[in-house]
Amino acid sequence: MGSPGLLRLRGVVKRFGSFTAVRDIDLDIVEGEFFTIVGPSGSGKSTLIRLLVGMDEVTEGEIWLRDKRIDKTPANLRPTCMVFQSLALFPHMTVGQNIEFPLKLRKEPQDKRRARAEELLDLLRLPRSYYDKRISQCSGGERQRVALARALAFDPEILFFDEPLSALDYRLRKTLEKELKDLHARTGKTFVYITHSLEEAMVMSDRIAIMKEGRFEQIAVADEIYSAPVSRFVAEFMGEVNLFPLSAGADGRIASDALSVRPGMRLSQLTPGSGGLLMVRPEYVRLAGDADGFDFSLKGIVHGEYALGSRIQYEIETVNGMVTVEKLREDRLTATEGQTLVLGFNAENTHFIGEAA
Amino acid sequence: MNRLDGRLGFLSALPLVLVLLLSFLAPMAVVALFSVMPQKVFSIANMPDFSAYSLFFSQGYYKSLLWSLGMALTATIILLLICWPLAYAMAKVFGRFGLVLTVAVVMSLFVSENIRLFGWVLTLMKGGLIEGHLRAWTGLSFESPLYDVPIIIFGLVYVYLPFMLFPLAQGIAMVPDDTRQAAYDLGASRSQVLWQIEVPLAAPGIVVGSLLTFVLAAGALAESKILGGQAVIAIADDIETAFTFGQNWPLGSALSMILIVIIGGLALFGVSKVDLDAIMGRKR
Repeated sequence: MGSPGLLRLRGVVKRFGSFTAVRDIDLDIVEGEFFTIVGPSGSGKSTLIRLLVGMDEVTEGEIWLRDKRIDKTPANLRPTCMVFQSLALFPHMTVGQNIEFPLKLRKEPQDKRRARAEELLDLLRLPRSYYDKRISQCSGGERQRVALARALAFDPEILFFDEPLSALDYRLRKTLEKELKDLHARTGKTFVYITHSLEEAMVMSDRIAIMKEGRFEQIAVADEIYSAPVSRFVAEFMGEVNLFPLSAGADGRIASDALSVRPGMRLSQLTPGSGGLLMVRPEYVRLAGDADGFDFSLKGIVHGEYALGSRIQYEIETVNGMVTVEKLREDRLTATEGQTLVLGFNAENTHFIGEAA
Repeated sequence: MNRLDGRLGFLSALPLVLVLLLSFLAPMAVVALFSVMPQKVFSIANMPDFSAYSLFFSQGYYKSLLWSLGMALTATIILLLICWPLAYAMAKVFGRFGLVLTVAVVMSLFVSENIRLFGWVLTLMKGGLIEGHLRAWTGLSFESPLYDVPIIIFGLVYVYLPFMLFPLAQGIAMVPDDTRQAAYDLGASRSQVLWQIEVPLAAPGIVVGSLLTFVLAAGALAESKILGGQAVIAIADDIETAFTFGQNWPLGSALSMILIVIIGGLALFGVSKVDLDAIMGRKR
């Protein structure tokens, strides 16, 4: 295998009895990247990470780390380590003892251990006085940092994360997401992160993999996944989206039940005689008095208005069902509920998802 | 408001406190009083007389105490060793079968301890269930293991197994699976996980189980009487004899006081070291 990947999965399958949790996964994780696996619960992402860490054994397939095959290596002999969802800190040890745990197992001398622990406390912006604190005296965010420090003390080739931020409140989560990204940049380690939160994935990751029913639907950088999803599932999973069925006649002319299409309009991905879904994100839908100047347009009645903080979301009832539109607060609509409007958007802001997907 | 709550709490606890004082502390006070009474006197108002305590040393009762404590300690250690894997399986592996095991173990408590011990005598004695069958079928014979110290310890282990097993299983159930896996993931071997994670985190269960079995075994007398045939005398046996055949209440009371102080001190020390609230599930 001449692949440059630090961690390589080839045909990895995990079955529990008759249930297949992970189906034939191939994956290459590049050294130093922040790779996030996103999926709804039950998508197999937790099972996959347990296979990668070594807490479960693969049913079929191979896992390679650099030039060593590791799928039969137990977790305690793998040079990787994981930050647990529960953090799994040792409650009977102090912060310092927790951080030094992997070093103590390697029989490093005490002064070296202590020095390293203090370095890590500095790195994670915890005061050095925390060395002697009990875990129960630490707040949620501090525990998070202690768990990270402990994992970094292990000095893993790859650091895995199993939704460690999911139990925290919104503000703290936002802060820690940025800190984690920053920590990734400063340590240069390879991070593999799993989460069910699109936002978390978008903020931190270099690349994102969308997982569904034990398979990857799409692996790409965040922007691409957002603007060019390969399937309806990915499009809907990655935030609010509007989808319109389209088809093309034998002559390439676009036909749609819901949309009025600008005459002569063509979509390059839409081959004659095929069909699919046209995707447009809520922030690209314009609201106007008439259809002039839009590639695609339709009529709708304002149904509801929801404040999202910096943005306002509108639900607009159309023949295609509810269409979601978002405006910045400063561009707030003057329209009121029940008013009829024209919704329009242009081809360059859309993405076409072919029939098969 | 808080002060009112506090006072009401105290008042509502008062009846039970009185019952406890009367039923636990009062008998102990009486025993303490008896222990400093001169012999063959039946009035309360005497000068304190510690001659009963001196008998403890001069007449060799300290040997009984040492035997009792020694056998209790041995039984406790053996119980810890055999109950750990069983308790571990009950807490983490067996699932529903654990309930079956619990019921089976608890059922044995429904039969009187003496009857169960006599059952063992019939099983183990010369010409009994095992040796008798063996001799009838093969002509081979062996000496009965009865009436010796090891069989007494066996009896203690057998009788007090539930008192170690259940607290231990409770203690092991308190060890989060995640911490075990995390330690393993950080490079710990199985034995390192056991000694550095599981034992410290299950400590409340270990302490409670050990205390229960040790305290009960140190005060036990049926095992040494029935299985041991009084090969060695347990301190509880001495105490009973002093009160009954001996009609020497000061001696019986003095021996009781010595046992109470030793075991009470040990229990208080043990309980002060562990978080009882944690094992009762009041925390976390």
